Amino acid sequence: MLSGGDMLIRALHDEGVDLIFGYPGGAALHIYDAIFNQDKVEHILVRHEQAATHAADGYARSTGKPGVVLVTSGPGATNAITGIATAYMDSIPMVVISGQVTRDSIGSDAFQETDMIGVSRPIVKHSFMVQNAAGIPSIVKQAFHIATTGRPGPVVIDIPKDVTDPGETFPYEYPETIKIRSYAPPTKGHSGQIKKAVEILMSAKRPVLYTGGGVILGDGSELLTQLARTLGYPITNTLMGLGAYPATDPQFLGMLGMHGTYEANMAMSEADVILCIGARFDDRVTNSDVSKFCPNATILHVDIDPASISKTVTAHVPIVGPVVPVLEEMLEQVKASKIKIDAEALAAWWKRIDHWRERDSLGVTPAEGEMIKPQQVIQALYKVTNGEAYVTSDVGQHQMFAAQYYHFDLPRRWINSGGLGTMGFGLPAAMGVQLAFPDAIVACVTGEGSIQMNIQELATCKQCALPIKIVNLNNEALGMVKQWQDMQYSGRYSQSTYADSLPDFVALAEAYGHVGVRIEKMSELESKMKEAFAMKDKLVFIDVAVDPNEHVYPMAIRNGAMSEMFLSKTERT
Amino acid sequence: MRRIISVLMENQPGALSRVVGLFSQRSYNINSLTVAPTDDPTLSRLTLTTIGDDRKIEQIIKHLNKVVDVAKLVDLTEGSHIERELMLIKVKATGAQRAEVKRVADIFRGDVVDVTPTMYTIQLTGTEEKLDGFIQALAGTTILEVARTGVSGVARGEKILSL
Repeated sequence: MLSGGDMLIRALHDEGVDLIFGYPGGAALHIYDAIFNQDKVEHILVRHEQAATHAADGYARSTGKPGVVLVTSGPGATNAITGIATAYMDSIPMVVISGQVTRDSIGSDAFQETDMIGVSRPIVKHSFMVQNAAGIPSIVKQAFHIATTGRPGPVVIDIPKDVTDPGETFPYEYPETIKIRSYAPPTKGHSGQIKKAVEILMSAKRPVLYTGGGVILGDGSELLTQLARTLGYPITNTLMGLGAYPATDPQFLGMLGMHGTYEANMAMSEADVILCIGARFDDRVTNSDVSKFCPNATILHVDIDPASISKTVTAHVPIVGPVVPVLEEMLEQVKASKIKIDAEALAAWWKRIDHWRERDSLGVTPAEGEMIKPQQVIQALYKVTNGEAYVTSDVGQHQMFAAQYYHFDLPRRWINSGGLGTMGFGLPAAMGVQLAFPDAIVACVTGEGSIQMNIQELATCKQCALPIKIVNLNNEALGMVKQWQDMQYSGRYSQSTYADSLPDFVALAEAYGHVGVRIEKMSELESKMKEAFAMKDKLVFIDVAVDPNEHVYPMAIRNGAMSEMFLSKTERT
Repeated sequence: MRRIISVLMENQPGALSRVVGLFSQRSYNINSLTVAPTDDPTLSRLTLTTIGDDRKIEQIIKHLNKVVDVAKLVDLTEGSHIERELMLIKVKATGAQRAEVKRVADIFRGDVVDVTPTMYTIQLTGTEEKLDGFIQALAGTTILEVARTGVSGVARGEKILSL
């Protein structure tokens, strides 16, 4: 016989959860007491509920396991909203448990009451309001099933306080399986459609593989790599898909889209066949005017979510299914196909791509004197960490530089908020990653704007002794906002600068009990970075002063085709 | 184009708000909406009418299918179907108008279900179009109140929407 609170924690354990992130409060206190009375599920105390969701998110992205969050009612629940929305936009499996006021006071505007089910509705895959304690095991089972299957996403479980009352106990049994009659995600692709796609793919003269976060979420990286190598076709990844194909491989064209490489965007624009896997033709890829998007291409689109297919760009061959079984079948059919790939056409295609590559769109011109370019910081980070780090990022210029200059050879190493673009994501996400992989190198690439949005988590890092390395590209301004203001608002920096009010980040890090390092000279960049990363058991806040006038290039020209880009402040295609 | 979509969903708290919320969230139109439990008390049937081009309707159907509480749905307008809506309408009926209102109601096969010396309450069933037509036909009189249920419907013939 267990109380509702005990049942909840026991059910989490039975579901395989050993780590949860949260913050206590009135409506969740029975649950917190249940946590105190056991040692199977570890709880990480964050300093703000938003950070709990981002930390659980980072844990989920790096491990593939669902992230779990526990918050109290009212402000605890609403503070979690940004993190839930972040996970929703990037299809991250997450279960968020929120305390709620007692059943008899729901709807009475009780202290710390918020309609969490209502507030979270548009940003969750599903949600449950627990009506009685006996229902807890089944709801937990359903929540994890829904969060982790099909297109993953966050699920909210809202639990009224009296349901977790330690004074009332019930028999506990955790269901081994669960069937939800109205929920049946696809388990394989349509063989006929796959056959049709393979025929078009094999007959292509100018093919491109364009793949996204779905390949990583579905653990399809190995199969994707096999398919790309078997075909010998060029491949590009979205921001969310980086690491699904080894970035250092010669077939890799780099990231595509708004800040994608010249060669990736040109190849997309000129392609005759595009195989899209687990990506959704997001506006950061297609640019705003989809009528100009890859006009000559036949689009083959694989996705587990039928609603992602033909949403913005019409797919000529849609394939609905999970990435692994679809890629397995595709690979088999490619190997068995009687169609011979037109080697001559492919060689000519590669020649054109190599010609585009010669433009070296990510070439960095060093600044004069000791000024550090932000790109050089990422290059140094890549070198110092041997390309083996887990890299989390916040949102802005530093995020794009990290995506462009840190070459991810493995999936689940690049952790960033792609869909929602949440500033403040990087540090708490790094906590989740470091807790999942205590011995790994975890770097949080951030900016002085983003890091201040969840800076309080330096305290959580201290409490949990997390040796994260924070790489702060400090340009003393909201860099991406400033870049847009340069390019579209004649340099009117409306509310994007604050140079005279920035904290001393070294002193700040030290105040939280960590190590702070300031780097201002190019000649010291690599050596000081090396020293910082050599402090294996310490969190080091590396504050790097970078060129405040640098822009991210290439950059897509608004409403243009994929081939229309700014390549620097003075060049465009 | 106007579509009638019928949805079988779990008869559970929150299910209706998820479906309705989807429409506002993705800025789809709802013209009418009706919902009630079916013969199986665990299932509700929701029928809505909406307007959109083929692309939009395809997205609406895909997104409705993604709602975890939605078990099954059908676009009734894809095939031949029967649609009905019920309207209760209170009309001022005095003097010469009184006989005229009754005559129009008879033409539309409406039933007078409540009477006072100054008004009639008329009950009318039919398609959305017929109900609109009745309101237009009463243009010369004073309409006091209109209560419509929204469209409900089933496919013609042996096609059924069930689990």
